[in-house]
This record gives sequence, C-alpha cells and structure tokens, in this order.
Amino acid sequence: MSNNKPNPDKPRLNIPWLLKMAWRDTRRSRGRLLLFLSSIVLGIAALVAINSFRDSLQLAIDEKARSLIGADLVMGMNKEPDSLSLAIIDSVSTLGERSDENRMMSMVYFVKSNDTRLVQVRALEGGFPYFGAIETNPVEASLSFREGKRALVDYNLMLQYEAQIGDSIRVGAVTFAIEGALHRIPGQTAMTAAVAPVVYIPRQYLPETGLIQRGSRVSFYYYYDLNESVQPDTLANKLDPRFEEYGMFYDTVETRKASMGRSYDELARFLALVGFVALLLGCVGVASAVHVYMRDKLATIGILRCLGMSGKQAFLVYLFQVMGMGLIGGIAGAALGSVVQLILPELFKTFLPVSVDAYFSVTAATQGVLLGVIVSVLFALLPLLSIRQVSPLITLRATVEHLTNQKDPLRWAVYGLLLGFIVVFSRWQLGTWWQALYFTGGVIAAFLVLALLAKGLSWTVKRFFPAHWGYVWRQGLANLYRPNNQTLLLMVSIGLGTALIGTLFMVQRTLLSEVSLSGTENQPNLVLFDIQNSQREQVADLTKAEGLPILYFDPIVTVRLEQINNLTLADVRKDTTLEIRPRNFTREYRVTYRDHLSDSEKTEAGEWSEGQYKGADRVPVSLEEGYAERIKVKVGDSLVYNVQGATIPARVAHLRRVDWNRVQTNFQVLFPEGVLEEAPQFHVLMTRSDNEQQAAQFQRRMVETFPNVSAIGLDLILRTLEEVVSQISFVIQFMALFSIFTGLLVLVGSVNVSKFQRVQESVLLRTLGSNKKQILGITLMEYLMLGILAAAVGCVIAFGAAWALAVFSFEMEFVPVLWPLLIIFVLVTLLTVVVGLLNSRGVLNRPPLEVLRREA
Amino acid sequence: MSTILEINNLKKTYNSGDRHLTVLEGINFTLQAGDTCSIVGPSGSGKTTLLGLCAGLDRASSGSVILNGVRLDNLSEDARAQVRNQYVGFIFQNFQLIPTLTALENVMVPLELRGERNVQREAMDLLARVGLAERHDHYPTQLSGGEQQRVSLARAFSNRPTILFADEPTGNLDEETGEKVEKLLFDLNREAGTTLVLVTHDLELAEKTQRIIRIKGGHVVSDTGAPERVQQPEGSNF
Repeated sequence: MSNNKPNPDKPRLNIPWLLKMAWRDTRRSRGRLLLFLSSIVLGIAALVAINSFRDSLQLAIDEKARSLIGADLVMGMNKEPDSLSLAIIDSVSTLGERSDENRMMSMVYFVKSNDTRLVQVRALEGGFPYFGAIETNPVEASLSFREGKRALVDYNLMLQYEAQIGDSIRVGAVTFAIEGALHRIPGQTAMTAAVAPVVYIPRQYLPETGLIQRGSRVSFYYYYDLNESVQPDTLANKLDPRFEEYGMFYDTVETRKASMGRSYDELARFLALVGFVALLLGCVGVASAVHVYMRDKLATIGILRCLGMSGKQAFLVYLFQVMGMGLIGGIAGAALGSVVQLILPELFKTFLPVSVDAYFSVTAATQGVLLGVIVSVLFALLPLLSIRQVSPLITLRATVEHLTNQKDPLRWAVYGLLLGFIVVFSRWQLGTWWQALYFTGGVIAAFLVLALLAKGLSWTVKRFFPAHWGYVWRQGLANLYRPNNQTLLLMVSIGLGTALIGTLFMVQRTLLSEVSLSGTENQPNLVLFDIQNSQREQVADLTKAEGLPILYFDPIVTVRLEQINNLTLADVRKDTTLEIRPRNFTREYRVTYRDHLSDSEKTEAGEWSEGQYKGADRVPVSLEEGYAERIKVKVGDSLVYNVQGATIPARVAHLRRVDWNRVQTNFQVLFPEGVLEEAPQFHVLMTRSDNEQQAAQFQRRMVETFPNVSAIGLDLILRTLEEVVSQISFVIQFMALFSIFTGLLVLVGSVNVSKFQRVQESVLLRTLGSNKKQILGITLMEYLMLGILAAAVGCVIAFGAAWALAVFSFEMEFVPVLWPLLIIFVLVTLLTVVVGLLNSRGVLNRPPLEVLRREA
Repeated sequence: MSTILEINNLKKTYNSGDRHLTVLEGINFTLQAGDTCSIVGPSGSGKTTLLGLCAGLDRASSGSVILNGVRLDNLSEDARAQVRNQYVGFIFQNFQLIPTLTALENVMVPLELRGERNVQREAMDLLARVGLAERHDHYPTQLSGGEQQRVSLARAFSNRPTILFADEPTGNLDEETGEKVEKLLFDLNREAGTTLVLVTHDLELAEKTQRIIRIKGGHVVSDTGAPERVQQPEGSNF
C-alpha cells in the first residue's frame, strides 16, 4: 500500500487543447452565447462611440484652434477701461495689429416686419478675425459691412423675422441695411447663437446709436494679431497679475483649447457614464445568462471531471468561452460604436464650436474590445468559479448536491474585483475619485433597491398567494417565485433602464415647468433694463399708458469691493488660507438701495428698517447669506466699497435669504436709502403683459421712444430655454436609448434562458389538456406582472432620483410631472409582454411532441 | 497477481442538519488485476454509493480506498481526477456522453486529457471495434441508446484503464440491445485484461462475473468469494 500522490508531475494545462474543448463545447449553444453577448454590445458601442467622438473632437479643436478665437490674443473687460487698463491694451498693440469690439445686449427693430428682439450687438472695428472667418452669406459681407451703415444679422433671426438682405434694421437710434446673414462666428456654437443671437455693426456708429449710456452693461474686447516674434502665452502669463488686478480677462489659442477641451470632455465623460450604465446593465444580463448556462453545463462538467479533468481545467474551458464571447462582443460593440460615432457630430452640432470630421479611433476601438473581454470575464466569474467545485458524482446521481463546497472564499475576491472595476472605470470616465465613489454608490444602491424589491415581491406573492383566484392567474403569478424564475433579473435590468430614462424625462420636465410656473399668476413676464435716470418717469408713464402694471422698478448701481475687515486684494492673494477668492475684489456688483425687503427676501440676521442711515461713519449694508459666506463676513463686520471712484466704508448690518427662483430683480448687496442716489445708475422695470400681442406692441413703443432701453419677454426666455433643454435632453436620451435597448436584449436573453423550462411546463399542460388560450393567458400574466412591477419600480426610482437631483443638484423646488413616467410605464410594460409572448410563440403554435423533440 | 482495489472498513454517512444517515458501513474487500466483480442489492442498499467511493468520485466518512496502490481518501478532488484519468474507465446507465462532442471526440477526450497527441487513429480503432466507425461524426442525440452505450464503451477503454466501473450498463436498454452491449463489454474487458466492477440489479448479468458482492442496508451480506480465475489472452491490452 502506498500513500503517495498519483503522479508527482502535475499534468500540464495544455492550453491549446483546452481552447479546442472550449470551442467544441459551444457547438450547441452558439446562438445562445451570441444572445448573451449582444447585451454587452450596445454598452460597448455607446462607450466606443463617445470616446471616438471625443478623440475626433479633440483633433478638430487642435487643427482649428487658431480659428476658434480668431486672433493670437483676446483681452477684455466688462467695464470701460480706465487709464491703467488702457495702458496695457495700448502697449500690447505695439506688438501687432488690434481690432476693437464692444458687446452689449440691446433691442433691435426689424423695420419691415415691425418686430423687436433682444440680441447681442457687437460693434466691430479692425481686421478681426485674423484666423478663420466670420461665415456669412454672401461671403464678402463679413468684410463689406464695415464700410457703412450695414449690419450682419444672425441667420436664424433673419428667418424668424422674414428679413432679407438689404432690409433695414434699427439698432438704438441708427438704421442699418442688412449686408449679410451671419452663419458662424469663430468659437461660437449654434447653442450660444440661439440663446443670444448676434448682430454685427461697424463700431464707428456705436456712439450714434445711443446705446452706451451711464451704467450701461457693455463689454470691451480687444483682438490682437501679434508679430511672429511674440509668444502669446508668454505675454499673457507675464501680464496675468495685472489682468486680474484691473478686472480684465484674456484668452489665447492655448487657453481656449484647454478650456474647450475641458468643457467638452466633461460632456463626453457624462455621456460615457450613461453608456457605462448601459454596459453595466448588459453585464447583469451576462452574469445571469452565464449562471443559467453553467447550470445547464453541470452534467458535461461532471462527465469531464469523471474522466479526469481537473477543476482548473474545467474552469479554463468555460473561461475561454466567456473570453471569446467578450472578444466577439467587444469587436461587435467597437464596430457598431465606430459607425454610431459618424452620426454624433450631426447630433452634437448645436454644441460644437468647430465642425468635426468623425474618423475611426483605433484607441477607442481597442479600448472597447478590451472592455468587452474584461467585463464579460469579470461578471461571469461568479458563476464560473462554481465550476471548480462541480462534483463528478452527478454522473451517478442527477439529484446529488452538484457543488462540493458552497463556501468559496474566492467569491469575496470577485466581489472586490467587480467593485474595484466599477470604481476605477468610473474614475477614468469622471476624472475624480469622489465622483467615481458617488457614481458607484448610486449604481449599487439602485441595483440593491431593485434586487431587494424583486426578492420582496417574490416573497409577498408566495406569502399572500391568492389561492381562490382562477387557474390562469394563479399559474402566471406562481411563475414569479417558482424555481428558475426571472423576477430578479428582469426587475434589475428593465427597472434600471426604466429608471434611467424616467429620470431624464422627469428632470427635463421639472426644469421647464419651474420656469413656466414662474410665469404664472402675478409674476412679471416682461423686463425693461438700461433705463437712465432721466428716462425713469417717462418710461413709467409709457408703461402705465399701455395698461401695464409696474411690479418692480429698481435703481441699479455698479460698485466694487475694496476691503473685507481691512483685508485688501493683495492680502487675500498673499494668504490663501483666508479662503476668499480674489475675484470677489475684481468683479463688479450691481446693487440697489431701499429700506425695505422685497417679498422674495427674508431676514436671517441683523436688522433692516426704514430711515436707518443717518449719516453714520459706516454705511449699513444688507448681504445675501450665500455671498456673506463666500466673503467670510457676519453681522458687524466692516467692508469698503468703491462706487465708481468714490470710497464708501460699510458695515454688515443685515443678512438676507433670497429666493433666486423668483422672476424679479434680486441683489447680493443692498444699500440703504440716502447713500447712492447721486451715483451713476440705471433702472430696471418689471411688468406683466396679458398676452404676446400686448407685449410686442409695448416693446415696439418702448424701442421707438427709448432706443437704449431693452425689453425681454419671459416667453422668449422660456422658448429659448426649452430649445436648449430639449437639445441637451435629446443627446442624453440618445445615449439612454442604449440602456433601453440593452434592457430589451437582456429581457429577450432571459426569456430565452428560461424558455426550455417554460416549454416543458407548457407542453405538459397542453398534454394534460390545456388549450392555447390558457397557455397564452399564463404567459401573458407572468410577463404582464413582471413588466408592470419592473416598470413601476423603475418609475419609483426615477421619481426619487429626479427629486434628489432637483433638490440637491439644481436646488429648486421639485415639481412632480407624472405624465412622462406614465407613458414610460405603459411602454415598458407593453414591450415586456410583447417580447415575452414573441419568445414563447413556438410553444403555442406547434404540436407538443415536436416541441419536446426540438428542445431536447 | 497484483492488488488493484483494496477497500478497508469503509463507512459513508450523510449529514442533513441534525440527522446522520449511514448508507455504508464496515465494507471490506479486495480485487486483483483482471478480476470481474458485481455489486448487487436492492434499491437504496448503497451499491452506487460504493461504486462512487471505489472510483474516487466521492470521499468516505471513514475507512480507506486504495486504487492501484494509491490511497484515495487523502487526495484532493483534482488529484483523484488524475487517478481516474490514469487508471479508471467508466460506463454509466445513462451513457453520459458529452452532447456537444461527436462520437469520435467523446472517445478521444480521456486521451486528450492526458496530453496525448494524434489520438484520432486510436479512437477510430475503438469505434470500429464497437461497430460505430461509420457513425464517428455523429452527435449523441443522433445515436440510439445502444449506439450511445457502445460509444461509452469505446471511451471507457480508450485510456487503457486498469479498472473499469460500470453502473447498470444495460439498465436503459432493451433486452436485445442490452445483450449485445453486455457481450461487447465482457469481450473488451477480457481482451484488455481490465479489472471490472459492475453495479447491477440484474442477477443474470451479475452471474457473468467471477465474484458477486451482495449489499443490503449498507452492509455486505454475502460475498461469493473464491473467484475462479479466467485465463486472459496475452498482449491484448488496448
């Protein structure tokens, strides 16, 4: 007798043979495996498409970088340059050529159609753009409009107001002939053009228009075409401290490239995450399908173990199958993603500052293929691990416990790997670990909620089973908790897809309804601004004469902050531990003065009362609480403001909470009466018109009488916002579609997975005398229940997620808009039933024996 | 003559919660190379459990199984798999062919598992021996029960085992087919000089072996001991 091991030399793994076995073993399951892998194809396609597009966009930005800003260096400021700023502006001019531009929001009047519209007026002088072009129709108009009283008008605006080239347009007090239609300005997207359509006029006529008045909000831009010897970034870096001190901003090709790359990268990252959710959903499908697949393979594994195959060899055979499946899924996903990315430039057109030519990104495609293999293996690992423990005894007894040991410590390692993968992948897509952890937490929470609800549902149906119900109902309901049920899988996959799309719809509707609601009841819907002191009475009279109420009429004074508790800009720059941003000193504040609080303001600390200022040393001011927090002050602290040259020492006397969501003039800083009355100022008037016609007539009268006064209707804001939101939503929904289709594929897959069992049951029932209608009824009942519950849970999660986003992210009141959810609920339920029935039709239409033979 | 299988004081107990069910106890016997032996007994007597323990498919609760000089109860599952691959052949009542492999591939598997190459010829010879050379590329579902069991026989002998375990080899076959398979089994066994352990209800089949061990309630109730040696033809090992 001996106690030795059978053979001291462990058998080699013989990888080529294991690969061959893996291939042989797929023979009867290739269709099924293809169905499994299809659930990851869409997720990978979404990621490859977005990442390819990101690469294409980056290439386009790099190639066309100079034309993005049209100059080597752009400097600008939101106030009239003082002597110090002018010194810089002029000194840089000696290093090359310069163009000047003033930008302001103003009304324009279309003479032919007798319409008015708020636009961004750009008064240009010089040879800008030095790189790229202002694209116009006709082409030469971009240059020729500078030669006389001619204007370039946004193409869409011309369409909207049916204006033709040669028609007249009035800007302030001057009438210009439309020289051309404006199609694209360097660096501007169609989206920004929609929000603020541009009208270009020659700068020499700006004074004549009368648009620049005291306190008018005008921006000053300076474009430079620098000599070749000058490095724009070196120059800008050198001047940077002074730019900040004088409240100037600047842009070079490199800074624009970086900021543009960042912002589009963020958009792409977000969309990639939506794609990742689709992929995760597909992974759930893969894990579940592999689990069932392995269950079907137990007998084969038992035989192989009996014939001498080691657990490791058996594990590798099926690991290779999954890897192959992931590889094919990855290749298919990468191919589909590369095709989908061809349509993305068109889809993103309105957001893009440059035209993008989609090209095949080898990097993105390779990443997609690798991702396919990685996620397939990772998510199949749990069911695969159990292969190592399959007992060869099942060859002798089919009823024997198939696994030798259920407690496998490696399972915890796999859970760790899965979690680690999701965190690392989302970190790669999102850029920060915190965001990655939040995202992972959110995904896991959604999965857990759905899984728990599914378990709870199965338990509830079993516990409170309606034993007195009809046969078809009972049979259909029982399918929800019987062995091999699909409740968990379908609840998670369909529920998650529904939750995702539902959240998107809810957030979109909530955002829009927030604005719509603001326009109801007695809220203002028409705003007039840039009203000069001298025009105050007349504007009020005209408003009343038109039958409109004056709801708010506030003076606005521009001030700057010079000191916070004796700290100056220089102190704040030196000591970053103060956590006060220098921008608080360099920016301008538009403040008002009154002794009372408006109905959107509430006292948080201190007092604010009539006649409180009686010439004390320090002027009491009221600050909005968020602003006070940012500049680190509390009641009693001292501040020094500069009102256009005059220094005003102030004391924080009052802190207010402001409801920023109200359509009315709100302010961060409030002065008391008796201080700023003589300072340069303009006024804002808010009124309410009953209909669009009344509003249009009022705006026309206002522009005719006071060309410098601008008016904007809430309807226009609402329309513009709706347009912007729906364009963004469309892109997000396009990506979310990948999740929905993945959910459907998982549904088809899982229905197929359980098909054999269903077929056996149905055939047995038919053999025992059930008719087609009863079988159909049972199937319909099961999928109807699953569809209803999965969709309902998805909608509940969507509701919660939309609430959380509204309250915590958008910080606004959550307005439950239920109809999109209702539509989604009905559609998802119907789809589930249809897919379920279509998959089961084979059982209904064929004789029992034929089905049994075919499925055996 | 060398000892191929040695069973010492074998006991198998299944635990289910607080309950302990002893299905085999105090089993002792030894088989020499070339012996043929049947294990018979009523349903639930423990004969299939005994076969599983002898073949290293399961572990005993106590006692020992020594197969070809290797003590199985100390070995891991993978080591026992290696022993099976080297020394053991199997025939099952329900054939247990791998459904995704052709008849030829099913026969090749034990050899391929050993890492042997160019085994196709050898497997084809075996298939020819069981009369299925023409059907080598058929899948199990395309074969009748008798044909499947013949493929199973070819597979069982393909790795040139020293001991063959057969669990109700004719249990799923009609009488005529069963008789053909029986004959083939004994012929092949004789030619290869393999030790044969047969589990069956069929006393007629059992009587074709040299030795019959009767089991009842997990105990050996009789052992028609003194096996008569059958002259083995020389050089007939596969």
